[in-house]
Amino acid sequence: MTTTAPAPVAGRRRTVPRLARMRDLTLVPAIIVLLIVGALIDPVFLSRNNLVNVLQQQTELSLLVLAETLILIGGRFDLSLESTVGLAPALGVVLVIPAASNGIGTEWSSALAVPIILLVGLLVGALNGLLILRFGLSAFIVTLGMLITLRGLQIGITGGQSLFELPPSVTYLGNATWLGLPLSIWLCAGLFAAGIAALGWFRHGRAVYAIGGNVDAARAAGIRSDRVMWIVFIVGGLLAALAGLLMTGRLGSVAAAQGDGMIFKVFAAAVIGGVSMDGGKGTLFGALCGVLVLGLIDNILTLAGVSAEWIQAVYGLIILVALILARVTTGKAQDS
Amino acid sequence: MTVEQPAVAALEVSKHFGATTALSNVTLRIAPGETHALVGRNGAGKSTLVSLLTGLHRPDGGEIRFAGAAAPPVADRAAWRQRVACVFQRSTIIPSLTVAENLFLNRQTDRGPIRWRALRARANDLLGEYAVDVDPGALAGDLDVEQRQLVEIARALSQGARFIILDEPTARLDATGIDRLFERLRNLSASGVTMLFISHHLQEVYRVCDTVTVLRDARWVLTESVADVGHDALVAAMTGEAVGLTTVAPRPPVAETADTALRLTGLALDGAYEPLDLTVRAGEIVGVTGSGSSGKVSLAETVGGLRKATAGTITVGATTVRPGSVPAALAAGIGLVPQDRHREGLISLLSVGENATLPIADRLGPAGAIVPSRRRAVAEGFIQRYDIRTEGPEAPVGSLSGGNAQKVVLARALSTDPRLLVLINPTAGVDVRSKESLLGAVRTAADAGTGVLMVSDELDDLRHCDRVLVMFHGRVTAELQAGWSDTDVVAAVEGVSE
Repeated sequence: MTTTAPAPVAGRRRTVPRLARMRDLTLVPAIIVLLIVGALIDPVFLSRNNLVNVLQQQTELSLLVLAETLILIGGRFDLSLESTVGLAPALGVVLVIPAASNGIGTEWSSALAVPIILLVGLLVGALNGLLILRFGLSAFIVTLGMLITLRGLQIGITGGQSLFELPPSVTYLGNATWLGLPLSIWLCAGLFAAGIAALGWFRHGRAVYAIGGNVDAARAAGIRSDRVMWIVFIVGGLLAALAGLLMTGRLGSVAAAQGDGMIFKVFAAAVIGGVSMDGGKGTLFGALCGVLVLGLIDNILTLAGVSAEWIQAVYGLIILVALILARVTTGKAQDS
Repeated sequence: MTVEQPAVAALEVSKHFGATTALSNVTLRIAPGETHALVGRNGAGKSTLVSLLTGLHRPDGGEIRFAGAAAPPVADRAAWRQRVACVFQRSTIIPSLTVAENLFLNRQTDRGPIRWRALRARANDLLGEYAVDVDPGALAGDLDVEQRQLVEIARALSQGARFIILDEPTARLDATGIDRLFERLRNLSASGVTMLFISHHLQEVYRVCDTVTVLRDARWVLTESVADVGHDALVAAMTGEAVGLTTVAPRPPVAETADTALRLTGLALDGAYEPLDLTVRAGEIVGVTGSGSSGKVSLAETVGGLRKATAGTITVGATTVRPGSVPAALAAGIGLVPQDRHREGLISLLSVGENATLPIADRLGPAGAIVPSRRRAVAEGFIQRYDIRTEGPEAPVGSLSGGNAQKVVLARALSTDPRLLVLINPTAGVDVRSKESLLGAVRTAADAGTGVLMVSDELDDLRHCDRVLVMFHGRVTAELQAGWSDTDVVAAVEGVSE
């Protein structure tokens, strides 16, 4: 029975650089390699214009990845984000533009367009949260259903037409330039900084990790897990609407298929960036690196002159290889 | 009558869930600083009483009082946490977060951003206070079971509660871990912490508790000082009938001429155990025990085909078994009851019948088809033979109590009529009554000529063995013939014999 005297406190291991923090940086070498490869393929690659372009093109994706990462860390997921990217701006625009320009004739004040767009995102997120958390439905089927419903709504409302005559308030965010850089880049940088701070240094952010890690334990510690996750779904919807707004401004129109097919890239970026599909693991910085990797690959393929018919196959293949590499380097299965 | 207010009191509490009465007029008083044991078979109402004492449910009748004052409303979680802490049977540690964050989950900071350095320092102080040797910056998932449990206990106490409920704290620990835990519990008790200790193992009750309360069928049966109540009286109170579990009918010795059921030659697994030779004869029960690091579980898992040996051979009867393959082990006639019935043993959504007949599915109909009526008949036979308490073969296995689920695992292991039965901790987390029928079934199998290799920490299990091997750091250090005393085993396990 004399196995332990009070344990030797002095002999405690000292804190060493955290493995989790090191894992955050695993994509940095990949980004550097991609920069070198890009420079070798085409000198234009390293020009300021091209790099700014790459960044701006990834702003919408990065906002979706921000949203998805928050939800994934909380142990859930949301497929419907890409449809919100289309529906939110479409709805905001058709309610304010005249019927002659494919509006639906309400012709509300154009100052309402941006608030409506954000409100749509918020409502979609709230509805997802309600169905998943309150009614206990499967996140997969709820958000898949939402993905199809929202896309259908957009096509139904716009009659499948693209919307071209946009009020200036809608195009401003995606179009304006501040201090020599597109406003959308500043916006994304700001939102990621806020997200990283919230997840890293604030109780409510840490609560998301706790919920994703072990929801019973989180509840036992007094975390209102359903309320926190509901807020996360709402924030996710809002960010998706904002991404739609940026895309609308950048392209100068709302296409019927706006955002279509983005969700694969969203998940790929998050998983390559080290976010676990099982919840509780991953960081926004890692996810952001994942977005940059995808953006650089995309750009290099274009510059390398891969023909338009093949670019999708090559791109998809590279993402799959990247996922395999991420699996090998982190050494753990991503999903059981 | 009360000289001193009890630290915790449940007065005449009742609780109903729908039509079932989970608790009926139960009264429990725990004096300050006392270590109180709560025992009873599965379904006796222990967990319901715990959920009332921790404020997860409100009693339908009666009331809970803390130090004479009425309990806070169920919604006020913070107030409950200050009065009572609970270390649950299921781990409430979040593996992907650091130890420090787990300790201060949802109270990392009062306001403003979290200061991680300060948080780790606070965690360090807290762990130091309870002499828990763990790096606060380590990921909780990297800790072993014992460390995690200590972190949970430290967290429970750090919230200010002086009353702590331990729900089967030893179920996940090995023998030495349990000793260390008990040492700590005694220290905590000496410093004035009141404890309610829930356990299936009566020896543990005698080792650490002052008073014991027995529940049976949702009712209070007795509360006695541990010193005044004998082992058999306690078992009788739990089961409602007199049984002597400590006395095990001796088995007739196995004839020297009996066939060999299992022969291990130079079997070794790097990092777990060193080359060993072992022969189990048909009808013989061989026990293997040792501490958690002794390699005993790895040995059994190698024989069962879950792990691949790095050297040596396993021979069953006349055939040499292909290493590291469960199908090969099954084909050679090895039945395995794995360590963790939830993870490796059962598919909880499938029915009792389907679980029990998984390995013999090919015998239930022609050409791989399964004839439902035949499966039903086989499953009903199992339910009867192994005394499985269930609504029927169609009930999902997840609805069974721990003891009955384990009987399904055993039934499945025996369904192939194996020449050798390998058991790993077959009675862990199982109530007294089920324990008896499980061990009875093992003996029946052995009497019918099956060789049995039983790895266990439980002295009650090992009493049924013809001989017991004790492993220490990957080596067999002692072999005890039937008739050993408890101290022989404990001394050999701790590595202090000779």
